[in-house]
Amino acid sequence: MLTKRIIPCLDIIKRRVTKGVKFQNNIDLGDPIEMAVRYSDGGCDELVVYDITASAEHRPIDIEMVRDVAKAIRIPFSVGGGISTLDDMSRVLLAGAEKISVNSLAVKTPAIIAEGSRAFGAQCIVLGMDPVATSDTARCPSGYEITTRGFRERTGLDAVEWAKRAEQLGAGEIVVNSVDADGTRAGFELTITRLIAEAVSIPVVASGGAGCSAHLRDAFNLAHADAAIVAGMIHTGDFTLRQIKDELHAAGVPVRMTW
Amino acid sequence: MIAIIDYKAGNLTSVRLAFGALGCEAVITSDPQAILDADRVVFPGVGAAGAAMRNLSDLKLISPILEVAARGTPFLGICLGTQILFDASEEDGGTRTLGLLPGRVPRFQPADRWDKVPQIGWNQVKNVRPHALLDGIADNSEFYFVHSYYPAPSDRSLAIGSTDYAGVTFASMVGRGNVAATQFHPEKSGRLGLRLLANFIRWKPAGNE
Repeated sequence: MLTKRIIPCLDIIKRRVTKGVKFQNNIDLGDPIEMAVRYSDGGCDELVVYDITASAEHRPIDIEMVRDVAKAIRIPFSVGGGISTLDDMSRVLLAGAEKISVNSLAVKTPAIIAEGSRAFGAQCIVLGMDPVATSDTARCPSGYEITTRGFRERTGLDAVEWAKRAEQLGAGEIVVNSVDADGTRAGFELTITRLIAEAVSIPVVASGGAGCSAHLRDAFNLAHADAAIVAGMIHTGDFTLRQIKDELHAAGVPVRMTW
Repeated sequence: MIAIIDYKAGNLTSVRLAFGALGCEAVITSDPQAILDADRVVFPGVGAAGAAMRNLSDLKLISPILEVAARGTPFLGICLGTQILFDASEEDGGTRTLGLLPGRVPRFQPADRWDKVPQIGWNQVKNVRPHALLDGIADNSEFYFVHSYYPAPSDRSLAIGSTDYAGVTFASMVGRGNVAATQFHPEKSGRLGLRLLANFIRWKPAGNE
């Protein structure tokens, strides 16, 4: 049986892993390579590495760091931030990443999804999206609107419509990162995660709000996510991946138990 | 020397890095002679079967691949590389492939809406029969998969490992003689994937494998 993936997310600023709430109040958590190895050895199924200030600083992604992560771990990882062209994508993949995550760029230039998918295969192209709940259902019938640039800008795009469009364009996977839940450790935003999992036939990754293993269980069982992102709950040492997997396994969720 | 065949079908860095982690230098190459001269050959790849076959043809790699497979060079297919060892793929409206192994490559047709295509993630590989490449790897260990099509050998005895997904039990690892091939990605499957690659480096194929 295909297992549910648990994916630690490393937010990088100046080659250090950081954690903030809603992209603010960032604190230093450690060296990305050491943390990638620790989580890989600890049983994570994949990793996400975001160079979170690359876009704002108008610089390309830290490719040396991508190369070092690729050398250090033998599991798949995706990379986001500071990617704006097919050349950038190619560099990241050749450095050893498995997938490229596009978010704001794809909203501005949706064709990049199709181009990346054609050039490197759909399995390489992950659409990251940051939906926020909205009462403006005339504009966004699902009740969720896409934001960009680290939640700073609203786009008027309906989250479910955007997910369907991204699938048509050739995205291989969608990460649904709820603006409202991000950093709260109070649970994933199950409604939008489920709406998107129902709307597309590609895998959906729940993101934002993981605080305990029951939150992951709900994302898998109730929202039908195929994978879930964890950050604060393991970065702080409050939980280990082993503990999360033991609890999910006991709850009947299929997870990889030996590594 | 291990040759990793580069036919413009995806990113081969992680394959090279995995062999590097085992202290073994593997060369990514499109040179027919380098493939013919290699002690061991790895045939990876992701992407579409039609484009892959065109690239193999344009790069004049089809006959070297058939030759090393026929002459007993230890040969490992991975993912798309595995799929195009068979007679034909359903991909791209039907594509004739290398015909090194009998069988075809159909697409997943899930009846359950929650079985997503592609299959992405870690799934169990059940050991169907003993094989040198599975030495030290427990039955039902998980490996990393990314694929929409799967191998369906017409000769069931080719199956080394099997995996359940989207309502089918498919041959996730196949082989005959000096040719072994995985639908999953050993180079991205952590410690157990590395073990499989380490077994490949040491593998001395016997006729009855």
